[in-house]
Amino acid sequence: MLHIEDLQVELGEKVILKHIDLDIKIGETHALFGPNGSGKTSLLMTIMGYPQYKVVRGKIFFKDVDITELPINERAQLGIGMSYQRPPTIDGLKTRQIVQICGKDKVDVEALAGRVNFLDFMERDVNAGFSGGEIKRSELLQLMAQDADLMLFDEPESGVDIENIALVGETIAGLLQRNGEQYEQKIKTKMQRKIERTKMGLIITHTGYILDYVAADKGQVLFDGMLSCVSNPVEILKCIGKTGYEECVRCIV
Amino acid sequence: MHSIDELKERAEKASGKKALIGPDINLDEFEKAPVPHKYLADEDLCALPEEEEQELIMAGMDITQKERGGTYFQKDTTVVHCGTKQEGVEVIPIRRALEEHEWIRDYYWKLVKVDTDKYTAAAELDLHDGYVIRALPGSKSVYPVQACLYLEKEGLQQTVHNIIIAEEDSELHIITGCATSPHLKKGAHVGISEFFVKKNAKLSFTMIHNWAEDMVVRPRSVARVEAGGLFLNNYICMKPVKSLQMYPVTHLAGEDAVARFYSIIVGSPGSEYDIGGRIFLKKPGTRAEIVTRTISNGGDIIARGHLIGEVAGIKAHLECKGLILNGGIMRAIPELEGYVDGVEMSHEAAVGKIAQEEISYLMSRGLDEDDRGFLNVDIPGLPEQLKAEIDRAIEASDKDMM
Repeated sequence: MLHIEDLQVELGEKVILKHIDLDIKIGETHALFGPNGSGKTSLLMTIMGYPQYKVVRGKIFFKDVDITELPINERAQLGIGMSYQRPPTIDGLKTRQIVQICGKDKVDVEALAGRVNFLDFMERDVNAGFSGGEIKRSELLQLMAQDADLMLFDEPESGVDIENIALVGETIAGLLQRNGEQYEQKIKTKMQRKIERTKMGLIITHTGYILDYVAADKGQVLFDGMLSCVSNPVEILKCIGKTGYEECVRCIV
Repeated sequence: MHSIDELKERAEKASGKKALIGPDINLDEFEKAPVPHKYLADEDLCALPEEEEQELIMAGMDITQKERGGTYFQKDTTVVHCGTKQEGVEVIPIRRALEEHEWIRDYYWKLVKVDTDKYTAAAELDLHDGYVIRALPGSKSVYPVQACLYLEKEGLQQTVHNIIIAEEDSELHIITGCATSPHLKKGAHVGISEFFVKKNAKLSFTMIHNWAEDMVVRPRSVARVEAGGLFLNNYICMKPVKSLQMYPVTHLAGEDAVARFYSIIVGSPGSEYDIGGRIFLKKPGTRAEIVTRTISNGGDIIARGHLIGEVAGIKAHLECKGLILNGGIMRAIPELEGYVDGVEMSHEAAVGKIAQEEISYLMSRGLDEDDRGFLNVDIPGLPEQLKAEIDRAIEASDKDMM
């Protein structure tokens, strides 16, 4: 599980996250809401281990390991993966190669690429000239190969056209072991499914569209660097729509 | 005999002639006297000292010769092994070829001009040896022929002349490695190579350089590709060298001839590399591609490329991507020349420091920060076996770097 306690983070000289407490239990998926600039991406980048996000207080534990000081690649090797909103272009590295790197040469790259309709892009340099939707599919393909236990999604639906939103949504559901829920419901109780599930997710979403495909267990709002509540994600979304983030944070607290 | 005397005369006249580019080397600083070595039988090759074996492996040599169609191995000035295991492929030391085969005169100094500069002149005046590798018409080689030019004697100038002939409809693969003894510091290597790719022949030539910190290296090579021929020229250099300058030239002289140059250069601190590639597209349907990937790991790298389109209906692309890691200088100098309508030529050059953002991104996929594996160039058109061999060589020298 992921356990964050009293986390304070600075970027440059500025405090961007304050007193963050967050627990994601095994099998749980959380949705993270918040206005632009509230620190959502910063939280994901801090969990992933980007060195420019300086942890000045608090600790991050993953699988009972204190990862607060671990470099990015060691966190990745421990099972944390991220789907970026705007990943960099890597010249000279083909998409096929990065998927192989993610899968440590042990995955069937073709089969995975086929699942996100990405076979035509495998020989292109990573993210070079990719459209919004192509970037998302490339990111998900890499996560599929990586087989991480905790997956961080930074606005997975942004820039994705209507035709591809279902593909992206269902792929994320698959990654988080949440696909086929409606079907399974008939034969398994909710509790059973929960016990079998091992993958954890933290999804940043503005629109909430992704929740149509991935029924997150919990929702939280990040506002001005503070994580303000834990509640039902659909309720939070409704509240934000009605009264705005600030009001919503207040009303829930 | 007249032409032989004439070559000598022209070489003598050019023996002080500086090269057009690259730092001038005073060749008088180096010894040229023959260094005798014992000939090595197949079994002796397998019993080389461990550290020597390591140097050879990194230069692409397979000392067991299991997956090689033939071997040419020259230590300092002396041929220590030469033989072929494949029908249709000849491997002959050039000195012997010059003595025994009249036909070699149709190739010797026919593409490279003997009076180009003091280095070509030196190769005529102080020739030690070199290899002639020839694939007979229609022969298809499964395994690459390996050639290794090894320097052991401190302060030596090794001077070689190589001739590679792929006769009509043949297919020939060569891995050639240049390496130095782990103890050697200073030395010079002057190497002439002339490539003849005849009608519909396919030649892949992969050169791996493993030099020492105080080595000066001046290869001079020219290739001629006839109609339908394919010439793949790959170059890998990941080790330090004091100064390396070369500008291999290819003439696509027949319709639909194709040449592709792929280079990977990792520049070590204190090393200077001036590496180019020039391809003349002289007939319709010819295609050329020059792709260079460089990392200046503190070294000074100049990557030149020059494509000359002389007729309509040609296609050529030049690409250089340079990364600056840990300091160093990277210069990309691409040139395109089109002489008529209907040429299709492009170039793409980028020099940069790999952004921390990119490194972090790759690390979040589990890659180590120092892992340079992702900079490998995928060289198309090579047989799987050879590809694996190159990857292995890159990996070996990469490991060694770290």
